[in-house]
Amino acid sequence: MTPPMTAEERAALIAARPDRTLDLLRQMLRVRRLEERCVELYSASKIRGFLHVYIGEEAVAAGVMSVLGPDDAVVATYREHGHALLRGVPASAIMAEMYGHAEGCCRGRGGSMHLFDAGTRFYGGNAIVAGGLPLAVGLALADKMLGRDRVTACFFGEGAMAEGEFHESLNLAALWDLPVLFCCENNLYAMGTALERSESQTDLALKAAAYEVASWAVDGMDVLAVEEAARRAVDAVRSGGGPHFLEFRTYRFRAHSMFDPERYREKAEVEHWMERDPIASLKVELEASGHLDEAVWASLSREVDAEVDAAVEFAEAGTLEPVAELARFVHSERGTP
Amino acid sequence: MKTTYREAMRAAMRDAMQRDERVFLMGEDVGRYGGGFAVSLGLLEEFGPQRVRDTPLSEAGFVGAGIGAALGGMRPIVEVMTVNFSLLALDQIVNNAATLLHMSGGQFSVPLVIRMTTGGGRQLAAQHSHSLEGWLAHIPGLRVVAPATLEDARGMLWTALEDPDPVLIFEHGSLYNVAGELADEAGPVDIDRAAVRRAGADVSLITYGGTLPTVLAAADALAASGIDAEVLDLRTLRPLDDAAILATVAKTHRAVVVDEGWRSGSLSAEVSARITESAFYDLDAPVGRVCSEEVPVPYAKHLEEAALPSAERVVAAARVAVGEAVGEAVGPRA
Repeated sequence: MTPPMTAEERAALIAARPDRTLDLLRQMLRVRRLEERCVELYSASKIRGFLHVYIGEEAVAAGVMSVLGPDDAVVATYREHGHALLRGVPASAIMAEMYGHAEGCCRGRGGSMHLFDAGTRFYGGNAIVAGGLPLAVGLALADKMLGRDRVTACFFGEGAMAEGEFHESLNLAALWDLPVLFCCENNLYAMGTALERSESQTDLALKAAAYEVASWAVDGMDVLAVEEAARRAVDAVRSGGGPHFLEFRTYRFRAHSMFDPERYREKAEVEHWMERDPIASLKVELEASGHLDEAVWASLSREVDAEVDAAVEFAEAGTLEPVAELARFVHSERGTP
Repeated sequence: MKTTYREAMRAAMRDAMQRDERVFLMGEDVGRYGGGFAVSLGLLEEFGPQRVRDTPLSEAGFVGAGIGAALGGMRPIVEVMTVNFSLLALDQIVNNAATLLHMSGGQFSVPLVIRMTTGGGRQLAAQHSHSLEGWLAHIPGLRVVAPATLEDARGMLWTALEDPDPVLIFEHGSLYNVAGELADEAGPVDIDRAAVRRAGADVSLITYGGTLPTVLAAADALAASGIDAEVLDLRTLRPLDDAAILATVAKTHRAVVVDEGWRSGSLSAEVSARITESAFYDLDAPVGRVCSEEVPVPYAKHLEEAALPSAERVVAAARVAVGEAVGEAVGPRA
């Protein structure tokens, strides 16, 4: 694990760039509030299918996305509302997609687990565990072959590390020296199966390092640590350092999906991790250092709520894709590439 | 010019790489080894290791990387040594290549070509000999083609590369050494339509890929006994050329479908069903089928031969269709 910053170092970092730190807080809050609303809307049957929320893990996406450039690519999993939002997909298009409306980012064909957006190079939304890793390798291969200095950030859970596609992808990326940042979101459970019940080697960075991929473990509940590690890794990948692997140690506060009775973990464990809530922690820190007061927080909070309200309003006003369009996009229409 | 199916396929790849900088080939042993079936022999020397990429034995990894590279603006040709090996990449083919355009609401197309060997007849037994193209032809979002002639071996690849969506090319292993004349100016061909390879009036023999030579031999044998068979080469297995299938049935009123896949749940079943759905009243006899026996393809030569469609079985089925022989009760061996 990368050594945690000392209190002095953290204070200096925040003092040196309070606006950026505040923005990281804002980004995490955007994801949190959007997903809290998703859960309500699911209970109200506005959203159907599977819904997997990221609540508790926001620091990972917020930190990593903050260091990517507009030409970089992102490949994510089925727990990707936050990644899509922080990559720049409008909350309104995400929400409309979950409503199954034509105004959604995939015109209602993907839903919660399959958000895509060409404009921000957001390649899903992949609901087959580890299925996105080979795609990321290929995107990076194209960049390398075309001489573009882009990075592909690929998110996956620790459960993916038991899949063959993880191993094939790390091997190929390292063998061909491809610009991929592998971001493992280790929330300790693959659905309900605990890490130590599914992996012979639970030190995941060590496992990745076996492929000659530079690998670190990072405190995934600390957005500053995530940002710092991601910045270094992205810089290294972009400057030709080959693939990098970051294990973000994090925790999912909510159930795996809306159907999960959580029989596999203790309440005390959840409560313990919730004490490390990445949003609450950073808020306290910013307050303590004098960079956040009640008024600023209230305004930030209002702003985020307004974005979510607008997204819901947009989705509510959305329309259904005509059934006559059902068979569109099975094959490309003339004129596409 | 005199050429072989293998050389025609290689010429097609060379041509594609010359035409378009974005085209590259990757797969197991496509480079230094020259290809598991020597199709890509010499291309590494000609185009270099960036464009002729040997991959590790990672079917899911490199097929998925092909999808990603296609998304990233390249035009990859991915070679999978046999269709049996492609099962290790089915996740990528079925869950990603076939779905991304649709799931993304039309945003991300996957201009990828996957070539693979299919079929039996070479005593390679049950893990290298199966004909699983019918499975893949089941999947919306894929185009599936089966070049059976030198012209198609030479011409289908470029058209497939120009398709904005994933195309799977099935090359029957028994065809690679087929030699013949190919026009010097042979080039791209359509990948939409079936082709009548032999015109006839009495019965339609409908097939594709590796069984085309078998069926043409059967048609010759039938001609010798006064039965004039038409041979339709499907060429494209998805989407099927319904118009061509119905046209030949309208002409001969009798059909036998020949498919090296197993009979149950097969492509032959699909063709047969479409004929009965749309041309039932054109038929003068039940649609016949000649498929592989419902066994894993065995090693021993006599057993393998017994398992695969043969000209004799095609002749027998055609004779039943025209009423010159009485059919066996339809059952597992039919």
